[in-house]
Amino acid sequence: MSKKVSLWRIFLTMFKVGALTFGGGYAMVPLFRAEYVQKYGWITDEDMLNMIALSQSIPGAIAVNCSVLVGYRLRKIKGALAAVAGSVLPSLITLTVVTYLYKAVRDNAYVAGALRGVRASVVALLVSAFLGFMKPFYKDALAVAAFAGAFLLSFLLDINSIYLIIGGIVFGVALGFLRIKKSDNAKDGGAAP
Amino acid sequence: MIYLKLLWIFFKIGLFSIGGGYAMVPLINSELVAYGLMTQAEVADIVAISQITPGPFAVNAATFAGVKVAGIFGGVVATAAVVLPSLIIATLLARYFFKFEDNVIVKRAMWGLRPVVTGLIAAAAASMALPALLGVESSAGIQWASLFSAVDIPAVIIALVSGFAIIKLKASPVLVILAAGVLGVILFGVIGI
Repeated sequence: MSKKVSLWRIFLTMFKVGALTFGGGYAMVPLFRAEYVQKYGWITDEDMLNMIALSQSIPGAIAVNCSVLVGYRLRKIKGALAAVAGSVLPSLITLTVVTYLYKAVRDNAYVAGALRGVRASVVALLVSAFLGFMKPFYKDALAVAAFAGAFLLSFLLDINSIYLIIGGIVFGVALGFLRIKKSDNAKDGGAAP
Repeated sequence: MIYLKLLWIFFKIGLFSIGGGYAMVPLINSELVAYGLMTQAEVADIVAISQITPGPFAVNAATFAGVKVAGIFGGVVATAAVVLPSLIIATLLARYFFKFEDNVIVKRAMWGLRPVVTGLIAAAAASMALPALLGVESSAGIQWASLFSAVDIPAVIIALVSGFAIIKLKASPVLVILAAGVLGVILFGVIGI
């Protein structure tokens, strides 16, 4: 970076992206690109793709991770903090208001009726999400076994999701090493999605 | 001390929700529903609210739960806690190894993790279906003998139509949720099924 980008500018652009992104995750990508790549030219398309890839592989919301990475790139720690504050503030304000409204009106007969309908459609939304995520694994017996195991342990035995996620990481690494030993073409990442 | 509790719970949720968005729902179930801080129906409500308000799901859910449990300051604490792991991890990675996503071990870990997280999302869908479609709070409360009479038939129809619209017609989740809400008002609020 030849000239310094102001922290206020970082905060404002992230606030705009945060306020206009509905549905989270990848929905922020076009807005993010319009501001950071096209309008200001602070980062390149290649930087952006790298940031998105990295954001998916680490804990936390993709949009939040992306804003930390771009903020850090522009102004180190201060930039990361300004970017996170900007991206989070629109949600924080909106949801605070919405939560108070929700507490006030949830028992109204019409609102309760609406929520009963909405809850049913959310079940369908989650089903469509896991079917979509499962697509690359349909033919991989071990992945299907991991899926089924996690489902049963979580739903029937109420095992804490955190333990199952740690188990998934251990399973992935262990299996990865076994497959590396078996095959020579492990350098390209083998069965990794 | 409720604020410290919220801080710890949402730090854990932020740290273990890998893959973004819906990956957080099973963690909310394990950390909040299991301890009686939220109900399963409220989790469904926050998923729906998050779709129709701006910002990432993680931040929306943290604000909602924080405000609900401990007011405005609770919302701020929960939101700060849920982004803290991102802030720490993404900053460290940006500083030390930006090429993290090419790492073979990371790819292997992700390979094992993805089906597990997908299984957890499936379990969250099933847990959510219990109150939304069957009128029971957990899998332990299912009365297998009278299961059939407990089914909320209008809600099941809404769920099936929503699923069809999202998966087959590629309808926007926002529209489906709004339509399900309107249908809920008419069926349960006005007609009073």
